[in-house]
Amino acid sequence: MSSITADGHASHAHSSSEFGVGEFISTYVFSRDHKVIGIQFLFSTLLWFLVGGLLAIGIRWQLAWPWSDMPVIGPMLFSAEGGQISPEFYTMLFTMHATVMTFLVIIPILAGAFGNYLIPLMIGADDMAFPTLNMLSYWVMWPAFFFFGGSFFVAGNGASSGWTSYPPLSSVPESAPGSGLAQTMWLLGLTCVGISSMMGSVNYLTTIIQMRAPGMTMMRLPLTIWGMFITALLQAFALPVLTAAGFMQLLDRTVGTGFFIPEALSVNNSPMAPGGGQPLLWQHLFWFYSHPAVYIMILPAMGMVSDILCCFARKPLFGYKPMVYAMNGIAGLGFIVWGHHMFVSGMNPGLGMTFMVATMMIALPSAVKTFNWLGTIYGGKIQFTTPMLFSLAFVSMFVVGGLSGIFMAATPVDIFIHDTYYIVAHFHYVLFGGTAMAVFGAIYFWFPKMFGRTMNEFWGKVHFLLTFVFLNGTFFTMHILGAVGFPRRLADPYHYETFRHLQPINQFMTICAILMVASQIPFILNFFYSMFFGPKAGRNPWHANGLEWQAPSPPGHGNFDFQPIVYRGPYEYGSPETDQDYYPQTQPPTERGKADVPPTLAAD
Amino acid sequence: MSIPILGTLIIVWAAMDWYPLEGHWFPERVVEDGNIDHLFYFILWLTGIVFIATGILLFWFLWKYDAAKNDQPVVFTHGSHYLEVMWSVVPAIILLFLAIYQMDAWAGARMERPVLANGQPKPPIARVTGRQFEWKMQYPGEDQKFDTPDDLYVTNVLHVPRDEEVVLEIESEDVLHSFFLPNFRVKQDVVPGMKQFIWFKPIKDGSYDIVCAELCGWGHYKMKGQITVQSRNDFDVWLKKTYDEQELSEFSLAEAE
Repeated sequence: MSSITADGHASHAHSSSEFGVGEFISTYVFSRDHKVIGIQFLFSTLLWFLVGGLLAIGIRWQLAWPWSDMPVIGPMLFSAEGGQISPEFYTMLFTMHATVMTFLVIIPILAGAFGNYLIPLMIGADDMAFPTLNMLSYWVMWPAFFFFGGSFFVAGNGASSGWTSYPPLSSVPESAPGSGLAQTMWLLGLTCVGISSMMGSVNYLTTIIQMRAPGMTMMRLPLTIWGMFITALLQAFALPVLTAAGFMQLLDRTVGTGFFIPEALSVNNSPMAPGGGQPLLWQHLFWFYSHPAVYIMILPAMGMVSDILCCFARKPLFGYKPMVYAMNGIAGLGFIVWGHHMFVSGMNPGLGMTFMVATMMIALPSAVKTFNWLGTIYGGKIQFTTPMLFSLAFVSMFVVGGLSGIFMAATPVDIFIHDTYYIVAHFHYVLFGGTAMAVFGAIYFWFPKMFGRTMNEFWGKVHFLLTFVFLNGTFFTMHILGAVGFPRRLADPYHYETFRHLQPINQFMTICAILMVASQIPFILNFFYSMFFGPKAGRNPWHANGLEWQAPSPPGHGNFDFQPIVYRGPYEYGSPETDQDYYPQTQPPTERGKADVPPTLAAD
Repeated sequence: MSIPILGTLIIVWAAMDWYPLEGHWFPERVVEDGNIDHLFYFILWLTGIVFIATGILLFWFLWKYDAAKNDQPVVFTHGSHYLEVMWSVVPAIILLFLAIYQMDAWAGARMERPVLANGQPKPPIARVTGRQFEWKMQYPGEDQKFDTPDDLYVTNVLHVPRDEEVVLEIESEDVLHSFFLPNFRVKQDVVPGMKQFIWFKPIKDGSYDIVCAELCGWGHYKMKGQITVQSRNDFDVWLKKTYDEQELSEFSLAEAE
């Protein structure tokens, strides 16, 4: 770890003998090393993942056995109600489940954890462009953790106007129990997440554009990096809109402006001043960010999956350039489709048609990507390792999520399925079946690089199999609920005649959901056991091509112990130019092969 | 990876109404306009075929190119321009066709409000106002004008005549709600500060749920109403009877003011 020759970083190297408390804090707590920051993000987000999962169990419990005492957890949490979930508590549960999963798990685990860890390593840089800004981007998450976590303990026990926070419900404290201080804290938390992501995205963009190793042209970037790059672009352009909208809502709540509150509104028989605003404005602003956010939550995952699929199919990526164009296409179209969340919102129906056509078209790049993944595994030598299984699951689950999206894009069909469990099924397939599967795969894949040890394959496969089965048990059945019109966010759907016969299927889903959370136990144990006692991994345990695999495991401060020079793209597996079935990006061409671009010229 | 195939079977099973999943599909349709159902099935067939095809392809590749069995050298290819064009253009045509195909259904449901014989837009039969946590219905009475002394006020109960184009005016008093009639394939967010119209043509007698589909606070789940479809005669009788009852209890009815 201490023998770092990459210029400028030798002074940061330290030997373990003079390791004091101050040094511990500067190395592991207020570290400016992108790898430490990435791992900090990873641990924080995994912890919140657990919180979000437990909140989901609360939701599922209520839908399966409404108004019944929750065993064990119930009396501990809400003894006042005799261990039952109250409707106020239920609205809080799904609001906070979605908030935690979106803003504290998926976005930060992809951009924060993997983005930070992988970007400099995969492009051959010694660190991020702005290490201090990078450190701040993690530490600004802590106020967010505090605000979101703290909102559970103030009046109302957590924000409860849905993760979309639609006004007037969210702007008028009288309208809901969680619309008081809890909602204010929610908005402050959102702002902190926004600031953190903004810092991150500026840093990623600069790093990827400026700090690539010699020979690493844009068209030789691994798709993971392309995914992160486009994500950072989306965040840089869309996020300010949400942050501004959040501020406007905060002003509505605190100093009495009326951006989102219409004229002549009265809640609980008390007239609300002021007015003159428009609730639809919030929806436009919110979805202008939150629709691109869907791609922020999937593009890096797509990139990571592409890398893993190539590595274990031992084959080049099928159609690298179309994949890059498809990602860019998704990002571009992503900005003009937000209105499809508002087909039944009261927005002008003529506008609905425009959004419908745009939304239909965004399915296209996703289809191109899926076919390219199939093309990638065609004709390969597939190794069924744990990361590969998770990546294959990503592809098949993403197909389900993508195809069910077409139903929503069709405006007339959306009239019926909007706000039903069909939507819930769709985005859980994209975000859990898709992103979470990719994240698990990525953890198993890059774990040896992060900690220098390998995770146990057997328990990894157990984890995969259980998660995969119960994920489908939970989320596939949601399509059927959605087809009956079963609405989201109802504390007791059996209040309605139409949905009464759906209770058994809900119970089935709840059992699957509980088992799905339980399936994470082998993962958690495997993760921590392997971190300390797993078999030691060398630099390149998977025989992969990427630059990160040429660095030591784990890499020291400054990453590389040599200056990486890139001779080819990252997907040259099974190349006839070499005798081995992989061809690292830094390996000079053999006699049989020749460099397609002399590396000295390619250093742009 | 056989899950996709299993999933399709479950969907088909549910659609066929076989045991034990009977009733786990669209609720009975009681309006004339079947466009939404038709489109749903059309897309289901289309996506179902793609879904099964990609599932089988994936499964087949995994089985055939398993490193443990496959002793052939890998196919060293970086892609195929021809294939990329094919699988961009074909889905594009299908998606564009879908987009154009459904425009009429959308226009019918949202943009072409029924008109009277003289070409004027048909006036609403009732005004529905959402508030935490009930649906207030207001019938205009004999003068066909809202907010006049002969208006009829009821809560959570809506009656409409069969075989007629019914237009409703919907509003909100406080927060967002969503007026959802599963059996009528009707859903419209109710936005405070906005006046909106919805329409449908019921063809079957009976009583059905009115559901609130947009989160409106802690009591969201109990914001339930009932819509009753009956013949024009029964409807007029009901209107008359309910109005008379309201007259009798004028002073005790808070909503009527």
